[in-house]
Amino acid sequence: MTDVFVNNKFSGTINDPKEFVERIISERRMGKLPISANVTYFEDLNEVHVETCSGRAIRPLIVVKDGKSTLTDKYIEQLEKNEITWSDLLKQGVIEYLDTLEEESTLVAFREEDLTAEHTHLEIAPITIFGLATSLVPFGNFNHGVRLNQGSKNQKQAIGFYVSNFFTRLDMDVNLLHYPQRPIAETIMHSTLEFNKHPTGQNVVVAIMSYQGYNMEDAIVINKGSIDRGLARSTYYRPVISEELRYSGGLIDEIGIPDKEVKGYRSEHDYRYLEEDGIIFPEAKVTEGDVIIGKTSPPRFLSSMDEYNLTTSSRRESSMVLKHGEIGVVDFVVVTENSEGNKLIQVRLRDNRIPEIGDKFTSRHGQKGVISYVVPEQDVPFTADGIKPDIIFSPHGIPSRMTVSHLIELIGGKVGALSGRYIDGTIFDSEKEEDLRQELLKLGFRENGTEVLYNGITGEQYPVQIFIGDMYYLKLKHMVANKIHSRARGPIQLLTRQPTEGRAKEGGLRLGEMEKDTFVAHGASLLLKERFDSDKTIVPVCENCGIIAVYDGRKERSFCPICGDEVEISNVEVSYAFKLMLDEFKSLLVYPKLVLEGKY
Amino acid sequence: MKLFKEFEDKLPENILEEVKANLPDKCSESRTRKILEAVYKEYKSSVADPGENVGLVGAESIGEPGTQMTLNTFHFAGVSEMNVTTGLPRLIEILDARKTIKTEITEIFLKKPYNEGKDIKEIAESLKETLFRSFLKEISINIASLQMTIELDEQKIKNAKLTPIKITKILEKSVKSFKFQLEKDKPIINVKSSSKDIALNEIYKLKESIKDIFVTGIKGIKQVLPVKRGSEFMIVTAGTNLKEILKLDFIDTCRTTSNNLYEIEKLFGIEAVRQAIMNEVMKVLDAQGIDIDMRHIMLVSDTMCMSGRLLGINRYGIVKEKPSVLARASFETPIKHIINASLRGEVDSLNSVIENVMLNQPIPVGTGLPGLVTKVK
Ligand SMILES: [Zn+2]
Repeated sequence: MTDVFVNNKFSGTINDPKEFVERIISERRMGKLPISANVTYFEDLNEVHVETCSGRAIRPLIVVKDGKSTLTDKYIEQLEKNEITWSDLLKQGVIEYLDTLEEESTLVAFREEDLTAEHTHLEIAPITIFGLATSLVPFGNFNHGVRLNQGSKNQKQAIGFYVSNFFTRLDMDVNLLHYPQRPIAETIMHSTLEFNKHPTGQNVVVAIMSYQGYNMEDAIVINKGSIDRGLARSTYYRPVISEELRYSGGLIDEIGIPDKEVKGYRSEHDYRYLEEDGIIFPEAKVTEGDVIIGKTSPPRFLSSMDEYNLTTSSRRESSMVLKHGEIGVVDFVVVTENSEGNKLIQVRLRDNRIPEIGDKFTSRHGQKGVISYVVPEQDVPFTADGIKPDIIFSPHGIPSRMTVSHLIELIGGKVGALSGRYIDGTIFDSEKEEDLRQELLKLGFRENGTEVLYNGITGEQYPVQIFIGDMYYLKLKHMVANKIHSRARGPIQLLTRQPTEGRAKEGGLRLGEMEKDTFVAHGASLLLKERFDSDKTIVPVCENCGIIAVYDGRKERSFCPICGDEVEISNVEVSYAFKLMLDEFKSLLVYPKLVLEGKY
Repeated sequence: MKLFKEFEDKLPENILEEVKANLPDKCSESRTRKILEAVYKEYKSSVADPGENVGLVGAESIGEPGTQMTLNTFHFAGVSEMNVTTGLPRLIEILDARKTIKTEITEIFLKKPYNEGKDIKEIAESLKETLFRSFLKEISINIASLQMTIELDEQKIKNAKLTPIKITKILEKSVKSFKFQLEKDKPIINVKSSSKDIALNEIYKLKESIKDIFVTGIKGIKQVLPVKRGSEFMIVTAGTNLKEILKLDFIDTCRTTSNNLYEIEKLFGIEAVRQAIMNEVMKVLDAQGIDIDMRHIMLVSDTMCMSGRLLGINRYGIVKEKPSVLARASFETPIKHIINASLRGEVDSLNSVIENVMLNQPIPVGTGLPGLVTKVK
């Protein structure tokens, strides 16, 4: 007796589990059961599990019968003539989907040549064991698996040509690469995905050498001449959206240039780009503090006085303003309505991004790095033919990470660029390294890809040959222009009077608990005090009752709210956060009494 | 030695002794003076400066290597059942002063003939806590006569150097409401109720409870393991009962100890705990190959024992003992601490670091410690 579980619920027993499993599989192949139904027999537990629920990862495999693939030449011919489709193969039981459980009871052959009588399934192609992004890594089967994962992760962050209709779209936070290229070293997935319709990088000449120590620790050195010719330029699009919201009581936002009486009016200079309708005109160059869409809103809280006095003066200013550190050019303005019928303004800003120190780049093999130096073109090393590398990559990144595919792509790219063809780098089925080397030799280069290079500064020949070739490089969306931040003084929070947090709010950088400990450990007591001075205040304290007194600006003296002004009141320097804490104690009905001592 | 007398005020006794012992054979007075002066200079430069934040430096010095420690338990070679918690879990256990620790260990050193391996196996076995269940062969209940018969395992009784008669007496002592009668020449005990009217389920209850009756050995000693350390034989046990173990005559009472800090506190007092904490922490750190200066650990140990009781480094231990309200409130559950402090009318004199950071005052440490005193009038 074997227990049968359907979707992990016990549903009965059977006598011959093996026959039962076989029948379910054969009925599924005949199309009597859904293709996503999977069945497994656990011999050690003596249980049969049937799974039909959603949320399982399933993958297609070719069914093998008696050591022979059921996907015969006849089917392939029909497929080539477009007479049958994928679903026909599924219906005829040539291909079936397996989940991870049923896969345990199978023996899958990697290639058709490997098939034996014991095999139950055959991979459609070796590359199908990888995911979509991973199979885009050329020569990936020469790599460590970890690097393959990192390489595919990096590719997802690459700037490219993500859609063709970007002109008419208003996407949030989008980058667009100028002059994207189809990679020279491709895999079969590039053509399957029509990668050349939305490429993500550019083919560049890479020399693997060090350059005055600038490319240590994964940094890359880039040729200024290449940047000037347009390498890795991109556009950053950022939308500014505002709508006329409706409030209770028939009140409504108003898009337009705000009146000078409006609460919170900015300077006239800030509104200078707005046209009569209160919206900025296209091609206006804007920087932080500039108003993009002028808007006023009704007052937040109507006091009894204001209700009789609904003039413009009670409205408040709520324009869309460019935040700290943001610059751009107005690219595109849309005036429309949202689904509720409110007026909706969408403005798209564009910012041209030229590669600069700190921008992140990567090859497709998990070899990411940031630009550390932009070399003037005349200082870039050159080959005997006068070829100058676009990017100089450090050799120290190679041995410990063992990204062999990085090196093979370099040779492959070189061959492809010289002979004017695309190189097939499909994982497990790529062109052979030996063939590529021989082809390179025939093209008049050293077969190992190295060349004699000359120092661009002195003109001297380098004592060693340098490995140089072509590679596909990707610019990643992490650019310094979006991240660079510093602050000497700036805005503070209303409640605590401590600096705001975050780049967008021009915030300070937190000196945390553990950082504080380092000051304490060094005994740097006064330095620590100075670092935490950002919210210091001077408060008057009543020496009689120990409560914080009130300063009367008109009389220019302090008085105690409890004891009056006939007591001694001293000024004490504390952090504002402490004063706030004392106030919170009072709200807990705890009386915090300050006992002052030792003025001298 | 007149010279050494001179340095008595300047150098601690044990350093002077060490210098004395290591002096070259023929050492002139001037050379000895030079040596002592060099030692004194070195000693002075090793002393922590006034205002040095030894606590925080200690915390960082222990905390940083602590991040590298692995979370593994160490297995005794050959005996898979006996393992010892080491690494970070054990360190947390010690510094937290946990009442119940994961693996209690006693290291029993033996007196002269036994530490050379004499009867080591028998001695070890005799320490092990043995319950009645291990001498059982079968228990059967006669429902009609409300009687229970227990068949004993003679071989096992012999191994434990006991007799069926002794076992029967132990049973009689611990179970009062039943009568136990040993059959002649047979290792079978008949059990009868002393009173006549008795429920059947009471016999069933007895059948289970009788198995856990303590027969021989030392209570709390779950496992014993004779080991050879260096040239000496000793016994390592899982579970502790130092009070009983120390009563045994073949044990070297000077060196035998356990890893249960509360047991040590109870038996030997707080000074012994202070040393035990240091020993246990060093044992963990040595096993991990981590080198931390002993003085950091001494400071931790001192802090834990300072109040005269063993206190852990946590909310219930030394943090609770902190005199500053604000320091306690900044650690955990601030409102509770503030309200309790206000009920008692506590005063915070702002003597420590964290309160002064909160108030943005110079902390009384390092450069913030010295003050300038002037007379105004
Ligand atoms: Zn007062």
